Amino acid sequence: MPFPGNKSLIQPKFRQVINKELCRRCKRCILSCGFGALKFENGVVGIAEKCVACHRCVNVCPEGAITIQFSELSYRPHSYWRPDIIEELYCQAETGGVVLASMGNEREFRSYFDHIVIDACQVTNPSIDPLREPMELRTFIGRKPDKIEVEKTHDNHYKLKTKLPRNVVLDTPIIFGGMSLGSISLQAQKALAMAAQRCGILMNSGEGGLHKELHPYAEHIIVQCASGRFGVNREYLERSAMIEIKIGQGAKPGIGGHLPGEKVTAPISETRMIPIGTDALSPAPHHDIYSIEDLRQLIFSLKEATRYEKPVCVKISAVHNVAAIASGITRAGADAIYIDGFRGGTGAAPKTVRDNVGIPIELALAAVDDQLRREGIRNQVSLIAAGGIRTAGDMIKAIGLGADAVAICTAALIALGCHMCQQCHTGNCSWGIATQRPELTRRLDPEWGAERLVNLVNAWSYELKEVLGLLGVNAVESFRGNRERLRGVGLNEVELRILGIKHAGE
Amino acid sequence: MREISGCGHIGIFDQSGKLYDGELVMRAIAAMHERGNGLGGGFAVYGCYPEYRDYYAFHLIFDDEHVRKEAESFLEEKFFIEYAEPIPVEQSKRLYTEKSSGINPEEERPEIVPPLLWRYFAKTQKSDSEKHISDDDYVVSMVMHINEKIDGAYVISSGKNMGVFKGVGYAEDLAEFFKIADYRGYAWVGHTRFPTNTPGWWGGAHPFTLLDWAVTHNGEISSYGINKRHLEMFGYKCTLMTDTEVMTYILDLLIRRHKLPIEIALKAVAPPFWKNIDRMPDEERELIKALRMVYGSLMVNGPFAIIFAWSRGMVGINDRIKLRPMVAGVKGERVFISSEESAIREICPEPDRVWNPRAGQPVIAELKEEPEYAVSRK
Amino acid sequence: MSQVEQKPKENQQEKVVIDACHTYYKQLNDKVHFVVNNGASIVELRNVNGQRYIANAVKKKVTIYIYGTPGNNLASFMDGAEVYVFGNAQEQVANTMNGGKVVIYGNASDVVGYGMRGGKVFIRGDVGYRVGIHMKEYKHQIPAIVVGGTTGDFLGEYMAGGILLILGLNCNDPEQLVGDWTGTGMHGGMIITRRFPIPEHKLGREPVQVELNESDKRKIEQLVREFSNDFELNAEEILKAPFYKYIPLTHRPYGNLYAPQP
Repeated sequence: MPFPGNKSLIQPKFRQVINKELCRRCKRCILSCGFGALKFENGVVGIAEKCVACHRCVNVCPEGAITIQFSELSYRPHSYWRPDIIEELYCQAETGGVVLASMGNEREFRSYFDHIVIDACQVTNPSIDPLREPMELRTFIGRKPDKIEVEKTHDNHYKLKTKLPRNVVLDTPIIFGGMSLGSISLQAQKALAMAAQRCGILMNSGEGGLHKELHPYAEHIIVQCASGRFGVNREYLERSAMIEIKIGQGAKPGIGGHLPGEKVTAPISETRMIPIGTDALSPAPHHDIYSIEDLRQLIFSLKEATRYEKPVCVKISAVHNVAAIASGITRAGADAIYIDGFRGGTGAAPKTVRDNVGIPIELALAAVDDQLRREGIRNQVSLIAAGGIRTAGDMIKAIGLGADAVAICTAALIALGCHMCQQCHTGNCSWGIATQRPELTRRLDPEWGAERLVNLVNAWSYELKEVLGLLGVNAVESFRGNRERLRGVGLNEVELRILGIKHAGE
Repeated sequence: MREISGCGHIGIFDQSGKLYDGELVMRAIAAMHERGNGLGGGFAVYGCYPEYRDYYAFHLIFDDEHVRKEAESFLEEKFFIEYAEPIPVEQSKRLYTEKSSGINPEEERPEIVPPLLWRYFAKTQKSDSEKHISDDDYVVSMVMHINEKIDGAYVISSGKNMGVFKGVGYAEDLAEFFKIADYRGYAWVGHTRFPTNTPGWWGGAHPFTLLDWAVTHNGEISSYGINKRHLEMFGYKCTLMTDTEVMTYILDLLIRRHKLPIEIALKAVAPPFWKNIDRMPDEERELIKALRMVYGSLMVNGPFAIIFAWSRGMVGINDRIKLRPMVAGVKGERVFISSEESAIREICPEPDRVWNPRAGQPVIAELKEEPEYAVSRK
Repeated sequence: MSQVEQKPKENQQEKVVIDACHTYYKQLNDKVHFVVNNGASIVELRNVNGQRYIANAVKKKVTIYIYGTPGNNLASFMDGAEVYVFGNAQEQVANTMNGGKVVIYGNASDVVGYGMRGGKVFIRGDVGYRVGIHMKEYKHQIPAIVVGGTTGDFLGEYMAGGILLILGLNCNDPEQLVGDWTGTGMHGGMIITRRFPIPEHKLGREPVQVELNESDKRKIEQLVREFSNDFELNAEEILKAPFYKYIPLTHRPYGNLYAPQP
């Protein structure tokens, strides 16, 4: 026996520090931990190796007796063989498995949002007071023709002759991105749907059908058609504001989804239309799309199925050739393109893929917008930027770079109480968000969640109005793609060229 | 930027050498209108210039008259030019395509806006130091020179008794523009394109050619990067950044220069899986193993269906796991290779046989008799 | 140009004949949906060649006869109609089909029954690659594809439910009955071959051969009889040959593939 009891070589990351004097032994912390990281032995005791720092125990403790700290155990410093790498190797040596991780790329790649600054009016043109003056954020997602035609009516008025393709309207340019029932709980999905309805925006069902409790919100729901075709039938397509063909996801470009059998509980089985306990496999690719003209075929198959009543969006991960791909998608007849950058989150992805594949949304978005403009087809499609939009600031810069709207997922989950412990793949989320365990999911009250999401969207919208005001415009379309109002700080010439912005001072 | 494009294509080959006009290929490609997006189409025809059959037929495009003069002075230096003329064209009247189930009558189709289009019938004119070079190799290097060095000039085709007509627009509109129905040949290839890159360049359309090779391609070659780098070691210059260019050079290298039989060359391009190689009889296994070891960098990986033609034959083949469609049909001595069965049925409603070839298994048509040309030989 | 030869009347059982010659798919399908929504119970489409999405998302109990070669995505999202094709079909027949029946008198190309969740597809001849991919079942909805001839590679890939029955009626070579990687990624449903078992080297990692039980035999007989009835074949002859059943080793083929991040 090389190691006594085959003990894992992986060291605990965190430890729970419990103030024995403050603790009144109510055991709420023990009950609240989804990971079973606390036990009672003559008082509350932490099981360090199980703690993921989700802070649920800290939050529920009525006495403020718990805090979570980093484990003090140190490795001898080595700038190349870091502790996280050593432990990943231990993990694979112990299990022989592909290391799974959740949420977005964690590596320290440059965030271009953090190197972009926004212009403001001074003297030569006036800024606008967004509180008292009109400020318009209404956004239409869908295909727009090159021109419109009018005709004279018999009483000598003009009326619109062109029949505009179907668009969906957003009261503010924010969408809740695709998170499936399975990756998150029904309670979380309901909170998102309720908030989307109240804010006049959209939420995305993610792959795997639409649970019947979400049916009342259908006018605010984008339904997804992914490679596994779970839950996809005619009713599902019709019960929507828009249909999204999911080709890729920023956190795991080029690979698909896999909902493990243990998460396929009764509500998921019903929604995905598969038996309880079976793996739900939706690997890339779509097996009716092996080429760009096949995408056209699926787009029009969906349009035919809904008799041209629903816009069709195509979601892709931001990859090297994203500009050419987006051009092809536009020409294939899509009404919108959802571009997901490599910071995009996930409920589970191989860590190697999450951390090493894809490109930043800022660069992808700029490249796509440029390419579509060069080809004269930008108006034919709406661009939704996603994958690492953290704040209103990021959203505003994305719009300036050319996005019609942004989609948020991780930020929305944080609004719902997520503490970024990045353990979604375990299904143990103590906050009732990324879990299907009924005792955990019932902690998340959809009404409470919806209110917090509404607050978030309202706050971001107000911040967007503030910025539009200081830019001296009173409609978001005057800033959309207006890169003249953005500048880079500390970026090199290549980066500035791709972003299509000047350096600050120029 | 790398070009990515999807498409539909059709090849028709008459093994008895019987000549027929371009209306067939035109109707077949119109039936697959949905597979293109109006940004490219083209046709190759074999047997169309019998009066000049011993001359290299060069089809060129030029941005302007100045470039034409420059390219022509180069051609005159390197070749003996028997005859030159603008390629005859007329704005598409859309006579044939109005009546195709492939075409939406409500759709507006763009006008054809051509560059200068010329053709030259020529023989090589080598200097003493070039005498040892074969005619074909000489032509290849001259084509490479024009494409790379003369900005604004581009060689569309360079084979004997064959020609390529291609450009930007819907394939069926280009067919009428080039008056395809006026040409007669024993073999035709048609292609409709769905590119995802900046439109507007006529050279980027298919078929892609070199000498009498004409290649059309449906799919995207995921191995493009390494295929290109391997070809560059053998003197090919991949200036177009298209998958199809690479495919053409791979075939030229393996079949013309390395003299591999076509079936074997195709095994290098779309080789069997190791799982199945391991089960082969010794002799076959050693051959395929060697092909994979030597030509591993030329394996074409990713979704593709290609049709390639030359003056003696035509082949259709697709990738190892059949990610692109390919249908074949036979009627008497006439062989059809297509992206969709409906295109074959459009021009041959009752074929003797129609089938879906398995992955990596080529459909090969070859001339069994010499074509009989109506014109006297020059 | 095409025309609707008979105008349907509201709520009346009627046969409508549509000539599809030289009609683009959008106009053709508009007509089909129009007559179906106006009460036609039988729709006959003549001179079909390459038009896509025919019978796409048709929910009504209508019978559609197609003469010619329908284009890709025939009967996709279909939910209850019956479609008879007197000719070959192209790619992606019965894509994400929910219910109803498709009967093809010729061959079908690649990806038949992608993500199919209910109903039946009968093909008299051969089929191409990836037939029955992502096919799944739920409660009473158990889809079935019956192939009279042979199949290409990746039959039943990622299959999660339903039945794939491969009859090999004119096939005398066990190597030709199905292609390579049959049942790869399979985690539900069953593949049944007639006459020959699937050679070991043609099977994916997941499926294993098991004995047929009585319920399987009844199901096979039922399908073969219906199939024979549609194509005027002798069911007794077909049922004489042995059948071989393949199911996945586990519903969780990738249960041990992953390890949580340390």
